[in-house]
Amino acid sequence: MLSRKTVAAFCLVGGACLAQAADKPTDPQIAHIAYTAGTIDIEAAQQAIKKSKNKDVVGFANDMVRDHEAVNKQALDLAKKLKVTPEDNDTSRALTKAASAQRDKLAKLNGAAFDKAYVANEVAYHKQVNGALETLLIPSASNAELKSLLQTGLKIFQGHEQHAEHVAAELK
Amino acid sequence: MLLKRHLWIGIVVVLDMAAGPAWAETIRVTIDKLVFSPATIKAKVGDTVEWVNNDILAHTATVKGDWDVMIPAGKSASLVLDKAESVEYYCRFHPNMKAKLAVTEP
Repeated sequence: MLSRKTVAAFCLVGGACLAQAADKPTDPQIAHIAYTAGTIDIEAAQQAIKKSKNKDVVGFANDMVRDHEAVNKQALDLAKKLKVTPEDNDTSRALTKAASAQRDKLAKLNGAAFDKAYVANEVAYHKQVNGALETLLIPSASNAELKSLLQTGLKIFQGHEQHAEHVAAELK
Repeated sequence: MLLKRHLWIGIVVVLDMAAGPAWAETIRVTIDKLVFSPATIKAKVGDTVEWVNNDILAHTATVKGDWDVMIPAGKSASLVLDKAESVEYYCRFHPNMKAKLAVTEP
């Protein structure tokens, strides 16, 4: 059951599904996955800041960099305090691989086509990460402080998902 | 006991009225983990709303097409209410953050 959930949670945009082991992730793995998910969104935003000429899209991308950097800093501070070393794992690796493919895809687009694809991917990506937080990462976290940070993260990213939806609606 | 309390309230009300026009107040709304608290506030024209942001993220208090207050991370920002209105405001960066404000004539 859990393995099915895991697979569902990490079916990536673009079709790549991850067949994760049935075991639920440990706290050091969860910390790594959450941090990686944040880094991916920062890198996507940096690409948008470079490529886009749309004020709303660049504004949104700047918001993503600012928020995800703040959350990732808090995550690192917590890891340090708890003496937890984030541990690389298959989920993190699959996320990074899918993100890099997505960046290559977006790199080939320009102007309005890029803006639309970037924002659509932001909606989908936040939805995917939020699903993973809700169904897998938060329930699996054993440290109370880590769980609480993930819960706040979920609220922030749900906000980003709505923000991205607003920007997408403006682009139409 | 009950009678005494009623009497006391009566005196306070009289004193209040004698003080003439009410002073403009500052109403504080705190932001903690993406929640405006209190979520509903009532104010009078001339009052000030002060938002205290305890989060590590920047937020806004925004009414689309009306006002937009930036509230930097760990800082406060305020707005003097200049008209009577009943609005729902939200954070532009995190539109899932919502609260209500009712402003009436003094």
